[in-house]
Amino acid sequence: MRDIRLLDTPFDPAAAIAALGDRTAEAGGIASFVGQVRTGGQGDARVTALELTHYEPLTRPAMVELGDAAMARFGLCGLVMLHRIGRLSPGDPIVCVGAAARHRRGAIEAVDYCMDHLKSAAWFWKRELRGGQIDEKGSGEWHWIEPRPADHADLARWDQKTGPV
Amino acid sequence: MAVRIVFLGPLRDIAVEDSLWATAPLDWAGLLDAVGPEVSRELQSKRVHVACAGKVLSDKTALYAQDGEEIALLPPVSGG
Repeated sequence: MRDIRLLDTPFDPAAAIAALGDRTAEAGGIASFVGQVRTGGQGDARVTALELTHYEPLTRPAMVELGDAAMARFGLCGLVMLHRIGRLSPGDPIVCVGAAARHRRGAIEAVDYCMDHLKSAAWFWKRELRGGQIDEKGSGEWHWIEPRPADHADLARWDQKTGPV
Repeated sequence: MAVRIVFLGPLRDIAVEDSLWATAPLDWAGLLDAVGPEVSRELQSKRVHVACAGKVLSDKTALYAQDGEEIALLPPVSGG
C-alpha cells in the first residue's frame, strides 16, 4: 500500500502509522518519523506560527515520484507520507513518514531517504512568525526559511550509495 | 487568450498578489515585462526557476506559454 497526501488540516501521525501496520501484515518491520513545529527562540525570536505553501502541479507529483523511488530502492511493502500545508502552531505535526519492509534495515533507511529528500528538495516554501501571536494581525515578523547546509549534505549522501541496502 | 502567472514563496511578498493574467502567447521577454521591475530582477537570478504547464524549464529563457497554460515562478525552496 502507498498513502501519499498533502493535508491542510491537523492530522494524527499515530493513526497513520497504525493503519500502515494493519495493511502490511507481510512486513517484518515498520519505521516512522514525525516532524513537528518547534517553538525555539526567546522573546521576539520565539516561533509562534509556521506557514507552508506549495504548488500543486509540482509538489504532489514530486512526492509521488519520491514515494515510488523509495518503494523500489528499499523493496518496501508499504509507505505512508503525509505532509501539512497551511498555517501551523508550535507542537503541530508537519510531516509523517512511515515505511514497512520485510526486514528492519529497509524500513529504517527508507524513512531516512524520504525525509532527506523532503527536507531540502521538495516544492515547499516555509515562513515562520517570530514574536507576536498567530491571531493578532500585524504583530510579530514573518521570516522565510531556507534549508540548512546540513540538509543539503544529508541529501547528497544518497547519491553516493549504490542500490538498495 | 491568456496565461496565468503564479508567484510563490518570497516572490509573492514582492508581487503583493498571488497571481496575474497576461496575454498569450508569452515568452521570456514578455514575462519580464508583465511581472514588473522588482520581480523581473529576481527572475534573472539563477536561483529562481520557472515552470510552465506543470514542468520546470531547464532553460527558462526559452519560455513560450500558450493560451490556457500556467506559469509558476519558483524561488529557492524551503523544503518540508
